[in-house]
Amino acid sequence: MYVYDEYDQQLLNERVAQFKGQMERYLAGKIADDEFLPLRLQNGIYVQRYAPMLRVAVPYGQMNSAQMRALARIAREYDKGYAHFSTRQNVQFNWPKLEQCPQILADLADVQMHAVQTSGNCIRNTTTDEYAGVIAEETVDPRPYCEIIRQWSTFHPEFAFLPRKFKIAVNAVPGADRAAIQVHDIGVNIIRNAQGQIGYRILVGGGLGRTPIIGEEIRSFLPEEDLLTYLDAIIRVYNQFGRRDNKYKARIKILVKALGVERMAELVEAEWERIKNGDSKLTAAELERVKKHFTDPAYKTLSDEPAGLTSARAENAAFARWLQRNVRAHKQAGYAIVTLTLKQKGTPPGDVTAEQMDQIAMLADKYSFGEIRSTHQQNLVLADVEQSELFALWQEAKALGLATPTLGLLTDMICCPGGDFCALANAKSIPVAEAIQLRFDDLDYLHDLGEIDLNISGCMNACGHHHVGNIGVLGVDKKGEEFYQISLGGNAGEDTSLGKILGPSFARDQMPDIIAKILDFYVAKRNEGETFLETYRRIGHDPFKEAIYGPAH
Amino acid sequence: MAQLIKQGQLVTNDEWHLIEDDAIIADYGIISLKRWQENAAALLPLAQAGKIGLLLNSDETADLMGDECRHFVLIAIHFPKFSDGRGYSTARLLRERHGFKGELRSVGDVLIDQLFFMNRCGFSSFALRDDQDLNDALAAFNTFTVCYQNDVHDQRPLFRRR
Ligand code: HEM
Ligand code: SF4
Repeated sequence: MYVYDEYDQQLLNERVAQFKGQMERYLAGKIADDEFLPLRLQNGIYVQRYAPMLRVAVPYGQMNSAQMRALARIAREYDKGYAHFSTRQNVQFNWPKLEQCPQILADLADVQMHAVQTSGNCIRNTTTDEYAGVIAEETVDPRPYCEIIRQWSTFHPEFAFLPRKFKIAVNAVPGADRAAIQVHDIGVNIIRNAQGQIGYRILVGGGLGRTPIIGEEIRSFLPEEDLLTYLDAIIRVYNQFGRRDNKYKARIKILVKALGVERMAELVEAEWERIKNGDSKLTAAELERVKKHFTDPAYKTLSDEPAGLTSARAENAAFARWLQRNVRAHKQAGYAIVTLTLKQKGTPPGDVTAEQMDQIAMLADKYSFGEIRSTHQQNLVLADVEQSELFALWQEAKALGLATPTLGLLTDMICCPGGDFCALANAKSIPVAEAIQLRFDDLDYLHDLGEIDLNISGCMNACGHHHVGNIGVLGVDKKGEEFYQISLGGNAGEDTSLGKILGPSFARDQMPDIIAKILDFYVAKRNEGETFLETYRRIGHDPFKEAIYGPAH
Repeated sequence: MAQLIKQGQLVTNDEWHLIEDDAIIADYGIISLKRWQENAAALLPLAQAGKIGLLLNSDETADLMGDECRHFVLIAIHFPKFSDGRGYSTARLLRERHGFKGELRSVGDVLIDQLFFMNRCGFSSFALRDDQDLNDALAAFNTFTVCYQNDVHDQRPLFRRR
């Protein structure tokens, strides 16, 4: 992974000093609340329902074991002993004290971590595929490009006060969308053209929130070295012309809709034409320098499916199930990619304790070259595990509650913090997730249901991605009471689609029954081997609606 | 009164002042873009003599001015609210695209924690909101010694220097 040189470290140390000074001026009454707000937001600090919340960046989901231990220490010393992994691959602490945040940021800087631009109306953490660099299907490893974007976006002098937040995601697997790039402000698809050259297909104007929109293509092929100048051009157009009068209409998606993507493309191309041959054009040397940080670890020469694995699989059904669900093929013979699921029954999706974090660091050191990735499904990944060690790893992970064999299944839910923590919530979301986890805890049943994305957001800001859940749950306020609206048919894969609302909303205690009804209907209607989404797309929305609400009158 | 910072220090003898569209033009008056556009021919000698400056509001892009900006010795860009970031693009474009060499001044809601960015985008004088602490403001220009991107002062991003 990327290792800081003296420039990167110097810059981060200066940032820590800057924020320490800003906090001192704030506490001394020299900065007003509303003027301190963007300063703390750009350092990851929200003030939430009960306490400030600190969002730490995990650039494109990549961490090492020393960083994980540092996060565990922070959870213990400054928080209540746990942390939360978010759908943007970041980590959140829910209970730090505002005055302690500068010290936490200093502690993070010691392990090359930060909370820079994790919030506020600026360019946020760039996200990508959690399997980057270890799956055979990808065109190239997307991480060097993400790191190049990270550096370019960090304290960009022109774009610190955009109309609204700005999120970029990168995918490098042909025929797939492994980073939800279609619902980001800019989606970068790394591709190879007919001549075999690396470049990018650029999407713009996607997003969830109140107005969910799927991004549109603004350029079909951008040469490799033109990445930064093109991003500069898009965001410069947005900075000048994006709406600033209404924060609900300020995202770039609204500008793209208002202008039309063709007109937007004209403006961007005209801007780009004028800067594309400037010094921000990437050099072969810089691409090379950054790519060197992401070379393969020292893999051994092994072959797939060692005898020990075959026999362990045959002898232990629970292990076999975990292999089937949570372990994925690796590009390197004899290795495997393991997902540690943070979806234990009884804990909010994405939550981990400090003890678990320490143990995860230990597992990473022992089994996976000391590296860990976070995923937009709120899980963690050990990307380079020898197949002959899978059984040993499984036993340890299981003892830690990190081996629930449900990756991609109903109970591998995405869920925002909701009303338990978030000041903007209409309704709590975690208790709904917990009730569903408790109700559907029969592994045979879950495996029989197959892959289903169930996503829950506590309000229309859509932090829990409910629009792109096969089953989406949205918290709504009905005369002061918490209700939940269900939508069906959303999807975040290559064929991204937005869910359609099923009908009137339900009270919280009805939710497990309603979900059960939907699932029963699917099971009754499905053809052999069909997933929930496939059945839904085949038979359509109305039969589901009728199954829940009865025939229309 | 705003406190004017120029070349790393407080300036107290500055004569520039805003002129309303219906007021008579005086020396060192800063006029609106609208007034300039309506009377450019008549105002050109004054601009070229360095007697009048120009104000761009936050919704007035650099391209509206284009290369005409070079007639002026001073252009002020207004920040109605510190969180309105359009002025950064305006400043950069005036400097990098339209070749503006004169004094580029930030006016309006100009606060300490934006000075570093403003400087990088090409502002050369800063009409700091009057409640801001001058010493803290002067220190803010040295917040970072390393920058990843290029800016108006150095066209090379860090990757061409490291
Ligand atoms: C508890 C504190 C949080 C607050 C106050 C908050 C606030 C918001 C707001 C206001 C939006 C809508 C912005 C817009 O559409 O312009 C939003 C969107 C979003 N948030 Fe959060 N959020 C919080 C926590 C989280 C967490 C924990 C996650 C990850 C699990 C998350 C991930 C997202 C994502 C992915 C979006 C997507 C929508 C988009 O980019 O269009 N947020 N959030
Ligand atoms: S979706 Fe709404 S309730 Fe959930 S975290 Fe985002 S803003 Fe808060």
